[in-house]
Amino acid sequence: MPEKTSTSTLSKLLKLLDKYRVDIFFSIILSAISVITQLYVPILFGEAIDELIGVGMIDMSLIMRYLLRIMIFVGISAFCSYLMSLINNRISYGTINDIRDRTFRHIQKLPLKYLDGHSAGDMLGRVIADADQLSDGLLLGFSQLFAGAVTIFVTLYFMFSRNVEITIMVLLLTPLSFLVARFIARRSYQMFVKQNETRGKQTALINEMITNEKILKAFGYEERASEKFAEINSDLKKYAQSATFYSSLTNPSTRAVNNLIYALVALFGAYKILNGSLTVGGLSVLLSYANQYMKPFNDISSVVTELQNSISCAERIFELLEAEAQSADPDRELDVKEGMIDIDNVCFSYRKDQNLIEDFNFHADPGMTIAIVGPTGCGKTTLINLLMRFYDVDKGEIYIDGQEIRSVSRSSLRKSYGMVLQDTWLKKASVRDNIAFGKPEASDEEIIEAAKKTHSYEFIRRMKDGLNTIIDDDSLSQGQKQLLCITRVMLCMPPMLILDEATSSIDTRTEIFIQKAFEQLMEGKTSFIVAHRLSTIRNADKILVMRDGQIIEQGNHDELMKAKGFYFELYNSQFAGKQL
Amino acid sequence: MKRLSSYLSKYTKEAILAPLFKLLEALMDLLVPLVVAYIINEGITLNNKQAIINSFILLIVLAFAGMGFSFTAQYFAAKASVGFASDLRQSLFDHIMSLSYKELDQSGSDTLITRMTSDINQLQVGVNLALRLLLRSPFIVFGAMIMAFTIDARLALIFVVTIPLLTLVVYAIMLKSIPLFEKVQQKLDSLLGMTRENLNGVRVIRAFCKEDDEIKEFEKRSIDLTFMNRTVGRLSALMNPLTYAIVNIASIVLIYSGALSVNVGTIRQGDVVALYNYMAQIIVELIKLASLTITINKSWACGKRVAALFDVSPSLTYPDEATDIKDNTYQVEFKDVSFAYEKGIDAISEVSFKTKKGQTIGVIGSTGSGKSTIVNLIPRFYDVSEGEVRVDGLNVKDYSRKALLDKIAIVPQKAVLFEGTIRENMRWGKEDASDEEIYEALKTAQALEVVEGKKEGLDHIVEQGGRNFSGGQRQRLTIARALIKKPEILILDDSSSALDFATDSRLRKAISELDKQLSVFIVSQRTSSIMNADLILVMDDGKLVAQGTHKQLLKESRVYQEIYYSQFPEEAGRQGVKVYA
Repeated sequence: MPEKTSTSTLSKLLKLLDKYRVDIFFSIILSAISVITQLYVPILFGEAIDELIGVGMIDMSLIMRYLLRIMIFVGISAFCSYLMSLINNRISYGTINDIRDRTFRHIQKLPLKYLDGHSAGDMLGRVIADADQLSDGLLLGFSQLFAGAVTIFVTLYFMFSRNVEITIMVLLLTPLSFLVARFIARRSYQMFVKQNETRGKQTALINEMITNEKILKAFGYEERASEKFAEINSDLKKYAQSATFYSSLTNPSTRAVNNLIYALVALFGAYKILNGSLTVGGLSVLLSYANQYMKPFNDISSVVTELQNSISCAERIFELLEAEAQSADPDRELDVKEGMIDIDNVCFSYRKDQNLIEDFNFHADPGMTIAIVGPTGCGKTTLINLLMRFYDVDKGEIYIDGQEIRSVSRSSLRKSYGMVLQDTWLKKASVRDNIAFGKPEASDEEIIEAAKKTHSYEFIRRMKDGLNTIIDDDSLSQGQKQLLCITRVMLCMPPMLILDEATSSIDTRTEIFIQKAFEQLMEGKTSFIVAHRLSTIRNADKILVMRDGQIIEQGNHDELMKAKGFYFELYNSQFAGKQL
Repeated sequence: MKRLSSYLSKYTKEAILAPLFKLLEALMDLLVPLVVAYIINEGITLNNKQAIINSFILLIVLAFAGMGFSFTAQYFAAKASVGFASDLRQSLFDHIMSLSYKELDQSGSDTLITRMTSDINQLQVGVNLALRLLLRSPFIVFGAMIMAFTIDARLALIFVVTIPLLTLVVYAIMLKSIPLFEKVQQKLDSLLGMTRENLNGVRVIRAFCKEDDEIKEFEKRSIDLTFMNRTVGRLSALMNPLTYAIVNIASIVLIYSGALSVNVGTIRQGDVVALYNYMAQIIVELIKLASLTITINKSWACGKRVAALFDVSPSLTYPDEATDIKDNTYQVEFKDVSFAYEKGIDAISEVSFKTKKGQTIGVIGSTGSGKSTIVNLIPRFYDVSEGEVRVDGLNVKDYSRKALLDKIAIVPQKAVLFEGTIRENMRWGKEDASDEEIYEALKTAQALEVVEGKKEGLDHIVEQGGRNFSGGQRQRLTIARALIKKPEILILDDSSSALDFATDSRLRKAISELDKQLSVFIVSQRTSSIMNADLILVMDDGKLVAQGTHKQLLKESRVYQEIYYSQFPEEAGRQGVKVYA
């Protein structure tokens, strides 16, 4: 099973690389040329050395000819390897860029259901880190694998051409260095597992203690924390010392094996020279090759890990890319005449096995204010999700001025609503860009006018660069952020509104401003408002009471109070404190 | 940095032995070409089989001696680097624990955690590599040159030219590319930041139909990053071909001059082979040295950050022993207290009030009005900028830390529990609290049902942050944790916000019945929570605008009226008061 998925991943990957077919072809050719010439150079050096037979016996013009040839080959090799690196860079960074853009594009089209179900960190990892690792690992892995294979074959060819027996001996001894490496890896692996476990525990402790250090200090717990830390730390020290030591044995050990092979080559080579079946230059070739030939083998395990890593990154990226995008948009635009909203027999749930909203019917006349009321976590956002068509209803219809919302484009629907969420979101950009978010062509006068209406111009003016001030999450207070979000909607003046009153208390002055801004905004518009304030609730034309995700009551304040249902209870509980 | 190196001094022996053994190993490597030269010159040219056998044995000995030396070096390096990092980690942890609130506010916990974890780990890797390899590569490079001199001084001059040239090329490329790498990182961060922002704001973005603009912006940043990457790539791509070409050109010159020398009989064939081998060793080591320099550079930067954190010293100092308490007519007294988290922006200014033992004091006001600041000054989490805070008649600055902490228990806004059992969490307040004491505190905190609902009782495991409890349960448990201390002053900093009104009032009742001597500070946004207090402090915009009982304030304080009537509009209607909210 897993093999099957990785082959299909591989074929998808190849499709991704298709664009770079020509580049890949040249990269392979250049790599082959550069490796072969690089390996041929020592042979030529060996032949040149062979000509150094003794005093007065050297043919300098012959040596010069050898050296000239070496020069040419060195030049070719260096040039080809440089060119290959450039091409590889092109392929590598090009594919990363392609993958990144494709995933980001796709995310913009994914239904919110998918996005809500996956953490932002996870998606972020896929778009950025996985894309990087994929292309890096893939390219590095493949080019090393290819160069390694060429090296092994060419070296063996040259070695065989110098001396068959010695080459066979080297071939037979090679596995020895693997065995040694394997043996050590197995020992050190256990130490690594322990080290990582302990390190994980330590990190958790560090996180816990430092994040909550203020509480810690309030209880004078520092010494006990330090003791706890010391305990884990000394364990970690023990394991880390062993792990570091054992893992660092691999290199010297394999090197020792290589040196052993080197010595054997020297010994047998020398005898062969005495027999006349080998030259000194030939021995020099064999000696330098005996080590080179080993190198790709030593690297192979890291190359394989690299490749495996990239494949799993690729799988994660493809999983995202293959997640189903939201349904196609109809061409028709929504035409809002007065803002009459009808919700007919709507059923909706986030999960198949759990009914949430069932047969919900609702009518709002143009210009009505509808308050959505309920305890925290009652699912007020569900209603927003349906109205904005962030989620599609399972059954039933939602009409705006007689047009079913799924029969018109999402953008025209969403543009008809002005939305202010409690969870304020602003871009890291200038104040101007943030206010003009929905209307980039707005003039400064329009922006300032909107800002004045929401009472946010006062603090904007006081900022360092006024409208040009770059803001991010930390630079503004919660109330200021909320005011900017309202201004953003104020500028667009959409025909309908969805507002979410803030629960977290903001200072009284700002709170009054926000309230006034909301009122300004709502004038004459059909508005849904998630309400926490009793005054808002009582002034609403209609109240939707929600609990546990369901809409359980609707009506205006007086009707609901008379009904003595959940709203009645809820309303009274606000006053329960009075008697205490 | 000096401070950090002192942590290594404990491992001086290891720190000296590790590189030393590494050099011995390198020496073995350096001897190999000489032995091979000997085989050619003595064994082959003179047909001396004994010389060949001896050389072979020598090569084997060199191989295993090298391995032995290397093992020893690795052992000492591991011991020194890991030991160094462990000791450093412990003292850094203790140092962070010693910091005051002010420094914690300034650094932020994310930074502190990074210093504790990845920075120190990187430092460990750096020290380990430095001990093993920092000396080895230069040693081999210069060793090879010296060896070359022992063979033939004239030919060795080629080395004298080649080595600086190679070093120049390697370091020029590195010097050029390191700042570029930083730029790449910046571009990557900007791309990451943008994507995170996009994912967080997906609803707003879709509500404003800005998906296409976001894609455009992303693609622009993405291509920016790609260009930067390619620029760096082009530069790094030069490294290998250039060094390869230089070394081989040097070898060509070497063979040519070598041929001339052999021809006139100043050196022999084997010597040329040895020189050629030394040239090959140099290039391998230089490349290693380059990558080592990058790692050590990184560690150095981490080290600097860690050292900078050590330089942050706690701003609060305590006298060793408490001065005797002189006069305790008033338990808590603020005398014209001003305090600023940031210079110039007062969080509270000129606050004065006095409370007596056994009183309940309510602190009310909107967010940011300075309520929490007031209660944070009582246990001296921060030092006032002006004025004086006295507890039992004595300035809090004259208390020893323990004496002050023993008097006061605070239940913070954020209800956090720690990983461990419920019992362990409760014992934060008192290390040796018995189960009876714990149950008693739980009962007062209305948290008995939380524990009784669990099969394992007090042994029930609390997951990190207490995420396996609801907000209300966590709040009640944190209150119990504070009660176990049996404090003289209990501070509830908006710590019952997640409780319903009924539980909240039962809690307040239970606390008031505990001990007539216990003073309670209740910070709250709800008027109902503080209405019955003996003294209510009304905060507005950092100023104490009114103090008194509910009745007095309702008559006299406009701010209090505003708050009260906004929460009880029914009352307002009855009184005919204008409601703002």
